Amino acid sequence: MTEGLIGQERPLVTISLRVNGEPVEAVIEPRELLLDFLRDRLGLMGAKRSCDTQVCGACTVLLDDLPVSACCTLAYEARGREVLTIEGLAQDGALHPLQQAFIEHTAVQCGFCTSGMILTARSLLQDHPRPTRQEIRHYLKGNLCRCTGYWNILKAVESVAGSGRQRGRVGEEAT
Amino acid sequence: MTASGSGIGRSVPRVDAREKVTGQARFAGDLKLPGMLHGKVLRSIYPHARILGVDVSKAEALPGVVAVLTGADLLDIDPYYGHSIKDRPLIAIDRVRFVGEPVAAVAAEDEATAEAALNLIEVEYEVLPAATTMQAALAEDAPLLHEVEKLRPGLFHGLGELRPQGNICYQHTIARGEVAEAFERADIVVEGEYTFPAVYQYAMEPHTAVAQWEGDQVTVWASCQHPYLVRAELADLFGLPVTDVRVIVPYVGGGFGSKSYTKMEPITVALARKARRPVRIANRVDEAMVTTRRHNMVCRMRTAASADGTLLARQVSLWLDTGAYADNGPRVVATAADAAPGPYRWESFHVDAYGVYTNRPPSGSYRAFGATHLQWIGESQVDEVARRAGIDRVEIRLCNLLRPGEEVRPGGKPLDADLVGDVRKIAEALDWDSPKPPGTGRGLGVGLLAAGARPVSTAIVRLQADGTALLLVSTTEMGQGARTVLSQLVSEELALPVERIKVPGGDTNVTPYDRSTGASRSTTLAGKAVQRAARQVRDELLAIAGEHWGVAPHALELRQGAVWYGGKSLTFPDLIHERFGFSGGEIIGHGTVRPEAGKGSYAAGPVFWEVCIGGAEVRVDPGTGRIHILKLVSVADVGHAVNPELVEAQEMGASMQGLGNALFEEMVFDEGQILNSTLLDYHVPTIEDLPDAFISRLVENEDGPGAYGIKGVGEGALAGVPAAVVNALADLGIKVNELPLTPERIWRALHASDVPQRQEPIFKENP
Repeated sequence: MTEGLIGQERPLVTISLRVNGEPVEAVIEPRELLLDFLRDRLGLMGAKRSCDTQVCGACTVLLDDLPVSACCTLAYEARGREVLTIEGLAQDGALHPLQQAFIEHTAVQCGFCTSGMILTARSLLQDHPRPTRQEIRHYLKGNLCRCTGYWNILKAVESVAGSGRQRGRVGEEAT
Repeated sequence: MTASGSGIGRSVPRVDAREKVTGQARFAGDLKLPGMLHGKVLRSIYPHARILGVDVSKAEALPGVVAVLTGADLLDIDPYYGHSIKDRPLIAIDRVRFVGEPVAAVAAEDEATAEAALNLIEVEYEVLPAATTMQAALAEDAPLLHEVEKLRPGLFHGLGELRPQGNICYQHTIARGEVAEAFERADIVVEGEYTFPAVYQYAMEPHTAVAQWEGDQVTVWASCQHPYLVRAELADLFGLPVTDVRVIVPYVGGGFGSKSYTKMEPITVALARKARRPVRIANRVDEAMVTTRRHNMVCRMRTAASADGTLLARQVSLWLDTGAYADNGPRVVATAADAAPGPYRWESFHVDAYGVYTNRPPSGSYRAFGATHLQWIGESQVDEVARRAGIDRVEIRLCNLLRPGEEVRPGGKPLDADLVGDVRKIAEALDWDSPKPPGTGRGLGVGLLAAGARPVSTAIVRLQADGTALLLVSTTEMGQGARTVLSQLVSEELALPVERIKVPGGDTNVTPYDRSTGASRSTTLAGKAVQRAARQVRDELLAIAGEHWGVAPHALELRQGAVWYGGKSLTFPDLIHERFGFSGGEIIGHGTVRPEAGKGSYAAGPVFWEVCIGGAEVRVDPGTGRIHILKLVSVADVGHAVNPELVEAQEMGASMQGLGNALFEEMVFDEGQILNSTLLDYHVPTIEDLPDAFISRLVENEDGPGAYGIKGVGEGALAGVPAAVVNALADLGIKVNELPLTPERIWRALHASDVPQRQEPIFKENP
């Protein structure tokens, strides 16, 4: 358990990385989680803590463009790499097309899953600009949402993916 | 004089969407106060035990630990709370009653230190016999959870002092006529015993509270649905006037009932009191699971009908496991009783509903409680009657459903919905009259949920000198879109664009009283208060303008942020300047909603009947028992949709939760210990669990009690889905009497020669 470390001289390491395009250097404990690093040290609160077990995706950030669960990733693992959080997605105040689509398709409710959902979708579209509906569903399986029932999220991602679907009444068309 | 803001009926984008897609929306766990400590809770490992001693000395000695709280720190206060029954200490005093009950809490400079300190606390327990199931709790020689002659009343439900009967903390009966006589006369009787599992709400944001004392005043930032009820319970616990307790609610990351009433706030406030510094306690998922959950239930139901399918009578006994403390159990019991008969024209019915204490984590609210428990049972019996009578399953409903204005149950509100129309819409969306593809089953379920809770809400609209408006209302924004919809109501009344209306979060020192955010009440009741507040502002604007032009207010029109008299206009800033003779000041409107009839008690309620309806088309893999949902259908009988897309979003979200409840969600207990306390083991629906098609229909008959005929939605679909799926399975010949419908259960049902029957009834005799 952790008490062995408490109250003792703890080893520290220096890491440097880029977060949302900016260079960051920090002295951290090796055990520090990327999620705590981002939230507590850098004040980037968009990534959320929920399941702690890499199931829900609320803490998702992109590490060299690939989604990771920041709750189960050591900050040390991000050394020398590029981290993108939801705060870094909009460019010069202009929302990313996925952010815009989530607004337009009412794909946001409580907002707790939203950051992770958008970042995972961004990673998908970067690798697969025109995914099928099945591919979107498969890729987003690791991001839970308890509010929306997913339909509007699917529609929002599809609208950006340019898969040719018209925006219509939600879910009316069968696959 | 007309308002032409056209603020309602339009799917304007959510006012909070931009903050949420950019990661700027702040939740309770995002708050950092100077000097804030992190709290962790040591929880009981036994379902029932006496606490002989708690030694915190080693924990206190750990560097970084500031305070350790135990029951011994509460001698100066009455540490019991509970909004319906005051049965729960904010931390265990001398006894623990469930695995997970808080025994001690540590505040430390960081979370890891607090966690480490928990391991240094030594608790000496004397293990007591436990009643970890309802069967055990209802046995004659069962250990008693609360050995008192009378249970103390909580602050809100007006239940008075209840005398527990053994471990039954609350009983509720509704009845009409003599059922025995009807059953003797019946040609068809369907009966069975059914079980519903314990379910976890899984709001993605686990309960979080931050407490800061300043002298004798305390401020709490909490992920709570009902800030005013939390304030009242905290004031009661700590012996403070309510004005010395301030509850602030940032954005809430999902509620679904799990954050209704008081949860982690008392222990956080007590820990901060001892530490003399601000403290945050943030639950993890396993802790959220033992904070509150949905009641598991056992139900016996029988339905009597005549040979032509006329429904005659229904008799129901049901037992809801409220766990170690009542939480919202009594309300769940009463609502379950109300839902049990189903929305039919019965000659007679009799429902006995019981809330049972057990040595399990407490159960409270979860979206569409009561209705979700009962509707799949009642509706499966209606389908069975139809099969035996040889009539169509939609037809039997059209013949027997209540019509608007008919009594639902004695003493309650008469039916305020067109259920026949709603059922027709579901049937149409399911292509009911067209042949089914081979191997598919279709089903639907309709029911009613007593909604609205107590009709007490207030709101304030403050029109500012630049023509923008602040709407102060204590409705919690937890994803449902309350801030958007309530803005639209102000927009409608004041002819102001939504962008010019700001709705800050709930803050009991700033936003006025609202009873609660739940029971689908906000758009209807808080919305009515908002409308009244906005109308006061409007009336004052018209009066100022009328005075200016020397005309009567009714000759004037409100449009585009101005008052018009023929071709002349005065903008809102002009009018405020006119009133105050200065480029400042503001116009304030107040709105109040209170019970117009009765007192809003369990017996007098509900404010309205929420329609719970759904349809499903399913297929089953005979090899694995896995259910594939081809189509889900919902009808939102909403009275008047302020924001149609938000209504649909509520329907879709509730439907998916309904699928989770129907297909796979179950908290599994062994000796009171949850076996699946992570999301690895407790499966909630993912995007891959989506049905192939989802259809949502709006019904706007303007028959609700809110402004413009609004009535609430957002819960009903959750109750409708399990009923629809169960009936679609029965359409395939697969009859089930327990949820969830796991592949194993379906496979067993497929391979049993008849309905799966238990060897013995769960309860041998009525307790």
